Amino acid sequence: MSSTVADALDHDEEHGPEKGIGRWLFATNHKDIGTMYLIFSLTMFFIGGAMAMVIRSELAIPGLQFVHPEFFNSMTTMHALIMVFGAVMPAFVGLANWMIPLMIGAPDMALPRMNNWSFWILPVAFGILLSTLFMPGGAPAGGWTMYPPLILQTGDAFPFLIFSVHLMGISSIMGAINVIVTIINMRAPDMTLLKMPMFVWTWLITAYLLIAVMPVLAGAVTMLLTDQFFGTSFFLAAGGGDPVMFQHIFWFFGHPEVYIMILPAFGVVSEIIPTFARKPLFGHDSMVYAASCIAFLSFIVWAHHMFTVGMPLTGQLFFMFATMLIAVPTGVKVFNWVATMWRGSMTFETPMLFSLAFVFLFTIGGFSGLMLAAAPADIQYHDTYFVVAHFHYVLVPGSVFAIMAGAYYWLPKWTGHMYSERLGKLHFWTSTIFVNVTFFPMHFLGLAGMPRRIPDYSTQFTDFNTIASIGAIGFGVSQLIFVAVLLTAYKGSKATDRVWEGTRGLEWTVPSPAPYHTFETPPKARIASEVFE
Amino acid sequence: MATHTDDRYYVPHGSYWPIVGSVGLLFLMVGVSSWLNGADAGFYIMMLGVAVLIFMITGWFATVIGENQRGLYNDQVDRSFRQGMFWFIFSEVMFFAAFFGALFYARNMAIPWLGGSSNNFFTNLLLWEGYESTWPTDGPGGIGGEYQAMPPFGLPLINTVLLLSSSITVTIAHHALLARKRAQLAIFLGATFVLGFIFVYLQGVEYVHAYQDMNLKLTTGIYGSTFFMLTGFHGMHVTIGAIMLTIIFFRVLKGHFSPEHHFAFEAVAWYWHFVDVVWVGLYVFVYWM
Repeated sequence: MSSTVADALDHDEEHGPEKGIGRWLFATNHKDIGTMYLIFSLTMFFIGGAMAMVIRSELAIPGLQFVHPEFFNSMTTMHALIMVFGAVMPAFVGLANWMIPLMIGAPDMALPRMNNWSFWILPVAFGILLSTLFMPGGAPAGGWTMYPPLILQTGDAFPFLIFSVHLMGISSIMGAINVIVTIINMRAPDMTLLKMPMFVWTWLITAYLLIAVMPVLAGAVTMLLTDQFFGTSFFLAAGGGDPVMFQHIFWFFGHPEVYIMILPAFGVVSEIIPTFARKPLFGHDSMVYAASCIAFLSFIVWAHHMFTVGMPLTGQLFFMFATMLIAVPTGVKVFNWVATMWRGSMTFETPMLFSLAFVFLFTIGGFSGLMLAAAPADIQYHDTYFVVAHFHYVLVPGSVFAIMAGAYYWLPKWTGHMYSERLGKLHFWTSTIFVNVTFFPMHFLGLAGMPRRIPDYSTQFTDFNTIASIGAIGFGVSQLIFVAVLLTAYKGSKATDRVWEGTRGLEWTVPSPAPYHTFETPPKARIASEVFE
Repeated sequence: MATHTDDRYYVPHGSYWPIVGSVGLLFLMVGVSSWLNGADAGFYIMMLGVAVLIFMITGWFATVIGENQRGLYNDQVDRSFRQGMFWFIFSEVMFFAAFFGALFYARNMAIPWLGGSSNNFFTNLLLWEGYESTWPTDGPGGIGGEYQAMPPFGLPLINTVLLLSSSITVTIAHHALLARKRAQLAIFLGATFVLGFIFVYLQGVEYVHAYQDMNLKLTTGIYGSTFFMLTGFHGMHVTIGAIMLTIIFFRVLKGHFSPEHHFAFEAVAWYWHFVDVVWVGLYVFVYWM
């Protein structure tokens, strides 16, 4: 009996990757699944990006030139859904899959088969969502926020939209459960919670947010579905419901969702800056507490998305002040990043460049967020391009730059080769210049009163729109450089185990490329404690 | 029997069940969506999806139970399963929270506002003149027509007693399992799922009564919406829980579970307590208050 069991165990643990397509379809290896997540995310990034190109082309000059207004609205809606749920979130899950087990000395994720399912639900969800582009009535065009009653006018796409959101939710919840269980249960023996790397910490907090709010989104879209098909009155005033109620439920999900997209970015940047400043992260514990504060506050600020909808004055005041409080822990983080660099011996490889741009440009997005948080001012900004500028600053040079930074930082660990630093820097500079050319003028457009989600505009907005469109095309083309980096990644010089001079942590103790199975036994306590700090 | 301590990790081999599950979900979601759009074929695609999912769940659990019985899992895997189940239940709690939130929002905000409270005098005067906010209500438009509200005593009270008792019986079964009293374990576990199924049956009786005699339907304004969606999703969870209890019952008869290793039993018991707690919330806020 014991020999058969031992055989089974040894067999499981010693074989390399399975041959052929089965390696990917039946994958339980965290590195394989992480790779699939990252490739899926990049694919969605380009599909969502193509939609952004349609939007910016239409807006390049006033008047209607390329697309029907209905299709334009589909593009804004689908661009958002794809970028939020298909590009940014899976990219961070991919990074988590690859790096969390390596960082905490675990052999794999805690629930590897569920990990496979989390991933393989995503192609189904986005296959369904993208198929709505070809349906009678077109793809959903009521905005990614799916406000009723407008969204109920969607054609055949409506139930497909609802169920694809359900699938994304199921995938995220399973992914989040896996991350939490892995971090809580699979850490190297002497890695206490406060010794965990910052990326692991921020992902732990993110996973809690996901488990708490994705089911709420599922509930909200379920109510939309039953209102449409089964005659319920959740969002129908005549039946005693309220369309505004949807906005409350949606944004109870939606606001923590924006921290779901930025907390892992904080984690990535908190890994990279210490490496290239060659100093330990300044205020590690305060970073943990700041991230926890942000997560807590994210649950009590949702109605700042709805200042113009009609709310009691006390509600407006509460949500305004609670929102502004978030600036405090966020300020702690930005301070700590700057303090980490203070008197560090810094070098500026591509991951560091993206991280520095992140700190600077994300902070601009944070400041415009603070402006939007002021309820009386928001009445003017609401639904203008100022809002578009704000959330693109936190999402593109925020989340996306952090993902890029993470990809460059860990790519040598994944492939075993140094990528082309020349191409990487070119990618960085073009991205950084064009992202500002695209989104900075939108602040002015918004303050001047240009509304969002409209395919045409008044002629006085022409100059800034043309500049933004040029920037957008430039940013889109710049991302092709990243593909070139990936395609040539195997050509570079061999990477050492530590890859970068200033790295510390368990993931740099394994060879580059990381072998198929790592940490099959828990790392020895002494070695582990030496690399933690 | 080899016992594995934490000095060597356990990593399961690959599995085709997840991808089968994804295919099942594809059929289910595409089927139900097409069906809702009026395509008859959608119904059959949906049922195919359900069949594939049942096949997947059965096969996946059989694999895991088999591996477990062969002693492949160590304590760490057991902890992973437990924590995973705990957070899954938490996500379920948040799903119900969305619907409870809708109920509270409608009762405390939307309906009083429609009745003109706070600064909504003109909403009431111009849009819904004469509407007085009450609960239960089918709204100022009287959506769904005349109806009667579901009284809290009678069937719902019986159901409360049934479900609370079943939580006690499953706890007794758990203690019996720990004390190796297999007969007591089987009897009380059996009693638990029987109580569960009686609950589901009585809930069905209540629904038929509501639809036929009280004109209380899913379409009865916000009251009908919240009543049927909350009790309906709860009933669905009780059904799933009772099925899981039944499976656990047969596993007990086959001699599975020891005082040291009985994750599946505990997972189902937790789930059962969860549907119980949700019911208490339902009984208080939907039926009673």
